[in-house]
Amino acid sequence: MNFEFEDEDELNGGEGSKWYKRTWSGIFTKTEEKKATPDGLWEKCKRCKEVAPTKDWISNRYVCPSCSYHEKIGSAEYFDILFDGGEYTEINASMSSGDPLNFTDTAPYVDRIVVAQKKTGLKDALRTAHGNINGIPLMVACMDFNFIGGSMGSVVGEKIARAIDYCLETKTPFLMISKSGGARMMEAAFSLMQMAKTSAKLALLNKAGVPYISLMTNPTTGGVTASYAMLGDFNIAEPEALIGFAGPRVIRETIGKDLPKGFQSSEFLVEHGFLDFIVTRKELKNKLSQLLSIIWKK
Amino acid sequence: MANNHWFDFEKEIVDLMDQLEKTKESNAKGKVDLSDMIVTLEEKIQLAKEATYSKLTGWQKVQISRHQNRPYTLDYIEHIATNFIELHGDRQVKDDKAIVGGFAEIGGRPVMIIGQQKGRNTKERQLRNFGMPNPEGYRKALRLMKLAEKFNVPIITLIDTPGASPGLEAEERGQGEAIARNLMEMSVLKVPVICIVIGEGASGGALGIGIGDKVLMMQYTWYSVISPESCSSILWRTWEKKELAAEALKLSATDMLGNGLVDGIIPEPLGGAHHSPEVAYENIKQAILDSLDELTGMDPDERIGKRIDKFSRMGVVVE
Ligand SMILES: [Zn+2]
Repeated sequence: MNFEFEDEDELNGGEGSKWYKRTWSGIFTKTEEKKATPDGLWEKCKRCKEVAPTKDWISNRYVCPSCSYHEKIGSAEYFDILFDGGEYTEINASMSSGDPLNFTDTAPYVDRIVVAQKKTGLKDALRTAHGNINGIPLMVACMDFNFIGGSMGSVVGEKIARAIDYCLETKTPFLMISKSGGARMMEAAFSLMQMAKTSAKLALLNKAGVPYISLMTNPTTGGVTASYAMLGDFNIAEPEALIGFAGPRVIRETIGKDLPKGFQSSEFLVEHGFLDFIVTRKELKNKLSQLLSIIWKK
Repeated sequence: MANNHWFDFEKEIVDLMDQLEKTKESNAKGKVDLSDMIVTLEEKIQLAKEATYSKLTGWQKVQISRHQNRPYTLDYIEHIATNFIELHGDRQVKDDKAIVGGFAEIGGRPVMIIGQQKGRNTKERQLRNFGMPNPEGYRKALRLMKLAEKFNVPIITLIDTPGASPGLEAEERGQGEAIARNLMEMSVLKVPVICIVIGEGASGGALGIGIGDKVLMMQYTWYSVISPESCSSILWRTWEKKELAAEALKLSATDMLGNGLVDGIIPEPLGGAHHSPEVAYENIKQAILDSLDELTGMDPDERIGKRIDKFSRMGVVVE
């Protein structure tokens, strides 16, 4: 039995995912495009169904102006939200996936990679970049859910490992933004061992006394939860994110009944002692720099 | 623990064994001398075994790894260790019966042995939760590992799980956090750590006690990110493609060694440990003693460095 990589549709919110792909792709993938967003475009909130101008959504960090629903966004948007002046240096940008097992399910893995790369304009499900947030240097690794469900394979693990190496060399704090269905099955045990690799590197960062903040966003499940996402000096999350080891569908099938409302939400995890705090996307940057300014004086 | 359960793919062997038994009975009655025929049948059985077990598919190896007569963790402890003192509880919530552990001696050397424990009958299976630990199990394991570190005693973990337990309570008590914590803490333990897959090595549930200087697999075991059944259900959207999934995952000991994801294979008796457990006990004991010889002399920092480097090298990327 295993619970990695929950069904992508479920993680996207079922029907909502179609709306997401149709309406938002292209708006969320490239930051430059937002400047060119014409007036007169409107977006409907996935949760409260309120309609608001696209430019309002964007200026609100892709959070619903009516109900504060946090829409899924990718690394480009997070980098833009966090780094001063939107300026950052990406590392290992060209790294992409191998196919160590020559894996084929209903389609060859190599084809899936090519399709995902074309669809998203990304190389894999994670990007790493460093820059300043309110003047404090920070390394950020951010997952992209649009790329095969944000699944963790060798590229995700290797990029995190190298980002941590950078943090060790330069004594730079590390922020990990997780958004993932878990391990990437098409890399099988190679994916599994990325859990070991990233956790081992985090042990070194921990020993070196360099801060590690883990931000969990909707959704963070499977092997990602069972490795780097839960290992922060500070474990924090966006509101109402789904965070768990086993996915809700698997648990439902195992126990044979519906799950309590709010089960595995950020709020649930705070109550059970696994998160330090919940932070809205709007407060994120200032809260991070506030925290780092206390514990990380140069 | 005689084998009383055979798989479909072992049919030829079973048929020949039936024949042999009948021939022996007739021979015992003494009317005709059948000793030549008995010898021939015994040879045929050996050939059939060699043929069957040399071309096992991934799925057949998975089936063998789950055989109900395979030795489990407590069987290995009973037969390879002395002076075992079982220690219970995570000191926080409860004692998880899906993970057992304690101090013991192997070949006269002190060790901490920790492993997932399955059950053989319905009652035992429930008690052991089918070898699926809850967070308390992983936290108990870590507590015992820290204890071993304190007293400078090497750690042996025996991996045999279909996965970490999925459930309301497991999530409430932080299954993900418990496994993650073990991965991080195990990678910097100051004492030698030897991990051996003795049955099923499913996913984070297995890896949660699987970060070692030596990670070994018994010959007929599997280790991967997901079980073939679950992989089939997710990637093929049916439970029927488990054979295909088992091949695609490259989950056997030989594949895992070939891909550099484990450090060695411990041979089992032909067809699996349940065919002659005493051979399996001897082989695993020897492997543990050899590994201890190799690891105990090393400087702890060097050992930790090598351990972390090994896992850091795992993965295939294109740049
Ligand atoms: Zn809304």
